[in-house]
Amino acid sequence: MSAVIEMKGISKSFPGIRANDNINLKIEQGEIHVLLGENGAGKSTLMNILYGLYQPDEGQILIKGKPVKIVNPNVAISHGIGMVHQHFMLIPPFTVTENIILGKEPHKGTTLDIQKAISDVEEISKKYELRVDPRVIVRDISVGMQQRVEILKTLYRGAEILILDEPTAVLTPQEIDELCIIMRSLVYQGKSIILITHKLKEVMSMSDKVTIIRRGKVIDTLNTKDTNIDELAEKMVGRKVSLTVEKKEAKVLSPILEIKGLKVLDNRKLEAVKGIDLQVHGGEILGIAGVDGNGQSELVQAITGLSKAEAGEVFLNGKDITNLPPREIIAGGVGHIPEDRHKRGLVLAYTLAENSILGSHYLKKFRKGMGLSYQNIREYCRKLISEYDIRTPNEKVIAKSLSGGNQQKLIVAREIDRDPSLCIASQPTRGLDVGAIEFVHKKLIELRDEGKAVLLVSLELDEVMDLSDRIAVMYDGKIVGILDAKDATEKKLGIMMAGGSAQDAV
Amino acid sequence: MESRINEFREGLLNTLKEIAYPLVAILISVIAGGILVYSFGKDPVLAYTSMIKGSLGDWNKFGETLVTVTPLILTGLSITFAFKCNLFNIGVEGQFIMGAIAAVWAGWAFAGLPAILHLTLTLLVGAAAGGIWASIIGWLQAKVGSHVVINGIMMNYIAMYTSNFLVRTALNVSGKAYSVEIADTAKLWRFSQAFVQFKHSRLHTGIIIALIVALVAYYILNKTVRGYEIRAVGFNPDAAEYGGINVSKNIILSMLVAGMFAGLAGAIMTTGVQYRVNTLFGFTGYGLDGISVALVGNIHPIGVILSAFLFGVMQKGGPLMQIQGIPKEVVGIIQGIIILFVAANFVKVIMGNIKQRKELKKTALQEGVE
Amino acid sequence: MEGVGFLTILGIIVTASIRSATPLIFASLGGNFSERSGVFNIGLDGIMTIGAFSAVFFSYKTGSPWAGLLGAIVMGGLFGLLLAFMSIYFKANQVIVGTAINILAASLTTFLLVEIWGRPGQTDNVEYFKAVGPFNLFTYLAFVMVIVSYYVMYKTPFGLRVRSVGEHPRAADTLGINVYAIQYICVIISGVLAGIGGASLSIGSMSLFKEGMVAGKGFIALAALIFGKWHPIGAALACLFFGFAVALETVATNLPVPRELLYALPYIMTMLAVSGFVGRSVGPAAGGIPYEKGEK
Repeated sequence: MSAVIEMKGISKSFPGIRANDNINLKIEQGEIHVLLGENGAGKSTLMNILYGLYQPDEGQILIKGKPVKIVNPNVAISHGIGMVHQHFMLIPPFTVTENIILGKEPHKGTTLDIQKAISDVEEISKKYELRVDPRVIVRDISVGMQQRVEILKTLYRGAEILILDEPTAVLTPQEIDELCIIMRSLVYQGKSIILITHKLKEVMSMSDKVTIIRRGKVIDTLNTKDTNIDELAEKMVGRKVSLTVEKKEAKVLSPILEIKGLKVLDNRKLEAVKGIDLQVHGGEILGIAGVDGNGQSELVQAITGLSKAEAGEVFLNGKDITNLPPREIIAGGVGHIPEDRHKRGLVLAYTLAENSILGSHYLKKFRKGMGLSYQNIREYCRKLISEYDIRTPNEKVIAKSLSGGNQQKLIVAREIDRDPSLCIASQPTRGLDVGAIEFVHKKLIELRDEGKAVLLVSLELDEVMDLSDRIAVMYDGKIVGILDAKDATEKKLGIMMAGGSAQDAV
Repeated sequence: MESRINEFREGLLNTLKEIAYPLVAILISVIAGGILVYSFGKDPVLAYTSMIKGSLGDWNKFGETLVTVTPLILTGLSITFAFKCNLFNIGVEGQFIMGAIAAVWAGWAFAGLPAILHLTLTLLVGAAAGGIWASIIGWLQAKVGSHVVINGIMMNYIAMYTSNFLVRTALNVSGKAYSVEIADTAKLWRFSQAFVQFKHSRLHTGIIIALIVALVAYYILNKTVRGYEIRAVGFNPDAAEYGGINVSKNIILSMLVAGMFAGLAGAIMTTGVQYRVNTLFGFTGYGLDGISVALVGNIHPIGVILSAFLFGVMQKGGPLMQIQGIPKEVVGIIQGIIILFVAANFVKVIMGNIKQRKELKKTALQEGVE
Repeated sequence: MEGVGFLTILGIIVTASIRSATPLIFASLGGNFSERSGVFNIGLDGIMTIGAFSAVFFSYKTGSPWAGLLGAIVMGGLFGLLLAFMSIYFKANQVIVGTAINILAASLTTFLLVEIWGRPGQTDNVEYFKAVGPFNLFTYLAFVMVIVSYYVMYKTPFGLRVRSVGEHPRAADTLGINVYAIQYICVIISGVLAGIGGASLSIGSMSLFKEGMVAGKGFIALAALIFGKWHPIGAALACLFFGFAVALETVATNLPVPRELLYALPYIMTMLAVSGFVGRSVGPAAGGIPYEKGEK
């Protein structure tokens, strides 16, 4: 077999970092090849180079043995390279067909030939059994379907090599299985696939070969069947990692958070949380498992007052906090590590000091008469920096200048230091490296051991299973079941995450 | 102690840098204006010396320049204040107009009140009119989500026709294209009443009010809880909401305050200079110039004072240039160019590109050595 | 007799509406191109002024109104290019650049007016486009341009690309569409059309340029674009409606409502439309945001 793609000695620097350092990668025809690495390891940079979005500083790319210069995505496309981005690149108000043909439109004279476009799309969709309706508006179709539209986009352009960037993050377990089948069928028809991921289990179940990248360098390339998860983990992180979290037996106290019949609408005014009852006790971590988009975000927003509850009640320490303004809920004792630290958690243009008081900024201890006491604020922030080991030159730099891990530490510090009786941690480790992940996990367990209630929401099933004392599974806006962590297996949770009941899972 | 000194030095350096960018932009624009004048066969040096003489040549001219500077400071502050909440208050012109006409009404309708009381009331009514006009825009943005810029532009025209309607009807001097005059008790005190140097200028106490308002704006924005909230909403409304900050309230509030500044500017023009309002055939320009003033002033209350002074000098210097045979429109051209350069962040973008290239080289070198 | 009288008046009002809508249609079609590609064009008003002045200047220099029209097209295009360059290369705030263009245009034209004709106020009379039938050339051209704009925007590959850039530039970029090129082209087209709109005022309905002759028509055009939901035909209908409001005021002598209300009507209607009180008007998703290549 010959290599369809060979990347030789690729290096790429950005101001301050060397994202790719002398990388060699070889993709054979008809294989599924995983690029494995932690966030920020340089996988995406490498693939963006292959797709022509970045230019390498050094190195060479060969396609089917011939050296090529990929100066922009058009060139990549003409060489048969197609990319499915992690965040879909679809235009919501356009139809499926319009999204697919954009940039390579069939036409008669100057006029767009929409009929031919529709039949072309139908034909390819049939050939690869993707079952996509070309006439519907993209805004109205499911996430799994949108991903197929993305795959169709590359196939329409005659892609021979498909790059899939973290394709499973947004899918249900069934959709992941379906994706697996689609990928196998594509490879069977002669395509090659590069899969970017940091999930070890997917590597094992989906790939033929795996290349591990760490800090911009290739660590190793292995045949999947010759390796195992522990070896991959060690190579990915660069040291032995314990994949399990150390914790003591839970000492469960009385309930702190009580939710009764809660219903919440999403921003499209559709019911996203469809009647939930839940209790979280002091001294326990309750994990919510589920595929993205099953109402977890809306649930958290309703508890924290960021969106309105349509029906139902939320009690904190016996006090009704339903639909109170966020400020009163925070003051009532809720800490919240939000799912998106850039969107919600931080004002990136504010200094660390200013960020460290967000939510308590109006309190007397940070004020001096009518004005803010910047002296007190800075002092407070310096305390957080030293207690939570936040790596920063000082407290006067803006939050944007910190690394993701340190930004998250600042948020964790702020929310925990407020001494909340309930801490809601939403995707608390997304995009962090292993060191920072361990830190956040440790802090959450400390809180639990102090007798606080912790509500953990995560899309990473491993995280939920490792940390939680009880696991509630959310599907389609409802809690389909609550398991004791000791009884939870991945298989059981998987079935429940797809809407099956705990009985089905036995 | 040493860290304190370093800190201070660093702060000073940053401030200098921030001042340097607009200064370079101004310099380039002045040169560009000079070239334009020269290309039409006129003497650029004469143009600029007459501009300076015309605006700062003697006490009276200086006084007149300050008369122009006064509303510019306030409209510049209006833009600045809203901008800190990430709102582009292009509706400042309409708020100015509403402030001016409301002050005519208050200054005329409440004749008979004691002077201090009447004047204060008139200024407050003007500020309130501008504030209400602006909060409509803020309310629409906060509650309905319709765009501040679009509504601002529309409200400018609606203000102009509202003012014209009032001048033609309720506040009309019969048969004239201007409104009634305000009572003496509602007029601002003029420097010419006490200082012989300002005998031929209309310089009034409005300038002091404007300077005080600038300090107040600076204090609110940078030193208070309210300012913290407004800026947080401006940078990131989602994070602000998460931090228990009422986003809608702060949007409406910053528009209200911005509108009050603009309305006060209009009221000061009425009570200090015009004493009445004419039928408008186009915008007064004081509001829209506020955009330029704020921009060149680096969206900073103190910068606004300096920048308003610069624009005042340019505008008041125009007529003497005209007398010297150089059309005063050169001033407008220079003003346009300044805004383009400052808006483009010309110097910063160019410097940024150079710096980035250097850093890339450095990284490559360092890695090479390792 | 009375019926005839009514029809005559109606006829007058209709033709007057179409006449005053003509410059607006050009400018709002221009605005449509620019905004559909994601660039706000607040400078329409200034570019119309430039177009009106250039048309007279070139007609004056050559004695041909056609040369005048060409001059307006070129100068309008150049100011479009200026807006494009500032907003795309320097990523400047588009509203501010538009404002600067408006200030520049007003001062520059007055400056040149004085320098060339030696007096402020207005230029000499120049050759212009006389009416053919009830309207002059520009009116017919305006309606042709509405159809052309609609065709380009909704029936051609180029139009699909333009709309994709205004909605989701990164998606377009990943498919190899040159986002910046599309934006440059569209903003230049918008300048050209606004320039023609200006020319229709100076060498269409008159034979000279005078200070303040555009008088905010660019902003009415902008309002019409928004009221017409960022659609060429919708925008043209809105222009006709706004033209009607003006015509009604000039024809009718004693109206039951204050005339200022009629003047303000376009702006009030637009506010209602954009706020969703009379059918929600929503602009392109990525409008006004400078596109940053390679940023996640």
